[in-house]
Amino acid sequence: MIAVSTGMAPVATPWFFYGLAGLAVASGLAVITRRNAVHSALALIVTLLSVAGLYLMLYAPFVAGVQIIVYAGGIMVLFLFVIMLVNIERSSKDRQFNRMWPVGLAAACALMVLFVSAFVKGNKLFPDRGMTLAEGSNTQEIAKLLYGEAGKMGQYTFAFEIASLLLLVAILGAVIMTKKKI
Amino acid sequence: MVPITTLHYIVVAAALFVLGVIGVLTRRNVVIVLMSIELILNAVNLNLVAFSRMWGNLHGQVFAIFVTVDAAAEAAVGLGILIAFFRNKDTVNVDEIDLLKW
Repeated sequence: MIAVSTGMAPVATPWFFYGLAGLAVASGLAVITRRNAVHSALALIVTLLSVAGLYLMLYAPFVAGVQIIVYAGGIMVLFLFVIMLVNIERSSKDRQFNRMWPVGLAAACALMVLFVSAFVKGNKLFPDRGMTLAEGSNTQEIAKLLYGEAGKMGQYTFAFEIASLLLLVAILGAVIMTKKKI
Repeated sequence: MVPITTLHYIVVAAALFVLGVIGVLTRRNVVIVLMSIELILNAVNLNLVAFSRMWGNLHGQVFAIFVTVDAAAEAAVGLGILIAFFRNKDTVNVDEIDLLKW
């Protein structure tokens, strides 16, 4: 119903994918290596936008829009505000990596080896069906799952309400946490 | 030219995930640690959307939206804790957050 497998070739060429993926990984590397936290935040915005481009290539325009509005627009503004509130002058001058960084790097490399071996051994688990999802009705289909249709609850309506409760708790927690005197 | 398959997206997501893990484990600045957590959550989202396309339904995309909600809540509370900590100890370094260590 949702998946329409047409014989049409996708509009975006593979070069779009390689460009966006390279941009995402390169700016992700910049996020964890920059000395100045503001530069890290700007690099993270580039990562988020290129991941949004990858969502568009995966026929998910609504998730791409949410990514740009909520992540790049909302969360990153929060990050930049907090960077301006804390003192980055001093923290950009002292040591950037903690004393145990070789251990952390070794653990991350072990994780990468695990991923690579899983992908090499199990690449049959990820069949490519060349599926194309309907982009024009993407938002409506997601809304049907989240809100339901024709007066009936959708499959994820309850989870949606729980998520709104989670956001309420997060708002209260953030406000109380930043008060000078509770 | 090789067509782009699900595995391509999963490899990109794994690279972003490992970068995030390296950032969490090695950096001292709490703000950058929180940004690395955002990188990890983005890698998860990319996986979910790629699988959503692989199976041809939208459940993965709905789940990605829920992960985004979680990321927003986590960033708000984490940065609130950071501001409270900076007010008390005047530093943003992870290895000086040891008030619970005895």
